[in-house]
Amino acid sequence: MRPSIQVNDSEKHEGPAKLKIWWLVVAILAAGTVVALGLILGPASLGVREVLVEMLDRLPYIDTDSGLSAREQAIVWEIRLPRVVLGLLVGSMLATAGASYQGVFRNPLADPYLLGVAAGAGFGATVAIVSGLGDGIGTFDAVPMLAFAGALIAVTLTYLVGFSAGRIDPVTSLVLAGVAVASFFTAVQTFVQQRDSETIRQVYFFVLGQLRTAGWDEVVLVSPYVGPCLLILLLLRRRLDVLGVGDEEAGSLGVDVRLVRLTAVLAASLGTAAVVAVSGLIGFVGIIVPHTIRLIFGFSYRVILPLTVLFGGAFLVGADLVARLTLEPAEIPIGVVTAFLGAPFFVIVLRTSRRL
Amino acid sequence: METISCRSLRVNFGVTEVLRGINLEVPKGGWTTIVGPNGSGKTTLLRAIAGLQKSQGLIQINGHALGAYSRKEVAKQIAIVPQQPVIPHGMKVLDYVLLGRTSHLGFFETEKKSDIEKAHSALDELDVGFAESRTMGTLSGGEIQRVVVARALTQGSPVLLLDEPTTALDIGHQQEMLEAVDGLRQRRDLTVLATMHDLTLAGQYADSLILLERGEAVASGTPQEVLTEEQVTQHYGASIKVIDDGFGPIVTPVRRKTNLPE
Ligand SMILES: Nc1ncnc2c1ncn2[C@@H]1O[C@H](COP(=O)(O)OP(=O)(O)OP(=O)(O)O)[C@@H](O)[C@H]1O
Ligand SMILES: [Mg+2]
Repeated sequence: MRPSIQVNDSEKHEGPAKLKIWWLVVAILAAGTVVALGLILGPASLGVREVLVEMLDRLPYIDTDSGLSAREQAIVWEIRLPRVVLGLLVGSMLATAGASYQGVFRNPLADPYLLGVAAGAGFGATVAIVSGLGDGIGTFDAVPMLAFAGALIAVTLTYLVGFSAGRIDPVTSLVLAGVAVASFFTAVQTFVQQRDSETIRQVYFFVLGQLRTAGWDEVVLVSPYVGPCLLILLLLRRRLDVLGVGDEEAGSLGVDVRLVRLTAVLAASLGTAAVVAVSGLIGFVGIIVPHTIRLIFGFSYRVILPLTVLFGGAFLVGADLVARLTLEPAEIPIGVVTAFLGAPFFVIVLRTSRRL
Repeated sequence: METISCRSLRVNFGVTEVLRGINLEVPKGGWTTIVGPNGSGKTTLLRAIAGLQKSQGLIQINGHALGAYSRKEVAKQIAIVPQQPVIPHGMKVLDYVLLGRTSHLGFFETEKKSDIEKAHSALDELDVGFAESRTMGTLSGGEIQRVVVARALTQGSPVLLLDEPTTALDIGHQQEMLEAVDGLRQRRDLTVLATMHDLTLAGQYADSLILLERGEAVASGTPQEVLTEEQVTQHYGASIKVIDDGFGPIVTPVRRKTNLPE
């Protein structure tokens, strides 16, 4: 055979893209660490050992005594744990939705709010707050309900408009429809809000995002959406890799592109709508986490998606810790923290990334 | 039985007819190459046969209408190398080639050892095995072209559609690729339908040629029948000479003396 110039021939061949076990271990450890910190740290200082024993105590067949008072036990179980769990759910969902959108739309700037979810949720929440329903209808909290409804309406509109536009390719038309729908809902939201300036502060806090919880209610509210949506997106990870060669070639490789795209977009949007309803508009997670993982661990969605689920949750719980503790007892809006910490961190990764 | 068969195949974009009633038969194990000037409809014809382009008329693959197959079944029958493939720059070469196995994997499956072996042997056959751990964005134009063909070979489909597979290759790699495809064709009884601008190579590797012009097949038959000085001159508007060395027509451009600078 003729000699050919072989650049980098010494590079060892490592087989197809695969999630390495030790990457998973690192991700799980990271998530475990922030969860533990989230339980231990706070205005009432609890011992590391006590909290861990307390957790063990709740496991089946284990019966010990942590030595925590009833009040301290309540702090762990009713205040800190639900908040940490909510942080995991919201962070995982936003980051995974962002990664999936980036794959489906082949656009690195796609974030979970691309198709109007944020604007719709903002509109719904504003209506709830302005109309005075913010304090709840009966036992329901109206803000998440209307935010969820607004998000779903906005995304549905985006699909209807995007898929009915036949002139340009479906990816572009969907994204453009998202832009139009988002601007529309933002305009209506601003209008509604202007009519009632007393609630601006409340609306503003929704827009900045928060992980304040009343307990397990929020967790119960979002889990039925987040769980299945994450699962569906994880199952699509190989298909998302195939979409990297464009619709036509993916089709010629045997993938039903429309079905994959529709499923992925629906799952990502539904999950995002659910978490936005309880946590407000936490920005940045959906872009920063998947890209950081991409830069460090590689470009295959078979690697990116599982790690994004774990690191997304860990990142948000960590950001929430900072939000809670920095100005204690006041809280910084978590959206501010995600951007403030995420942006410089991302710049560092961009500058130094060498694939593992 | 004809593996690929088209009857009065038509394609139009708005009012312009790009293919006007093409009839084409490629027998199992045969190699047919479509030649013709730019814009004559070669790519459109291949895309129609691969089910990627709406068309009127009849297309049959292995005796069944194309429309009777699902996307996945089509992929198991037909592998296509596009003229302008979309290259995912961050993807590793091996992962890219393994995309060819998609139609063979169940929804929950990942590539097995045998899939990876197929990818490796295709990469080696096309002399790009050395690049398997590099990302697509780091390859040269010719390396990319060979990797794309490797993906199509890895697909393992009995019908192979190649749209200008050698345009970016040096003369040695052109021969090497066409020999690799021809070798596989003989070993696996593949049916090959290609398009090519290099008429000499087209004639040397195909057992029959079709000359398209403005969406019509203006000549077809063996390379000797199609690649005559009159036909090439007429349909390409080119100044050429055809030399026969006994292994097929050699079509070479000539520059008339009067055009040469002093
Ligand atoms: N989507 C489209 N809309 C309008 N015209 C098109 C479209 N696709 C192709 N055409 C036109 O159809 C004609 C045939 O195109 P095709 O790509 O099949 O040519 P080709 O024979 O492959 O040319 P080349 O040798 O340059 O690759 C061209 O004139 C082209 O401009
Ligand atoms: Mg072409």
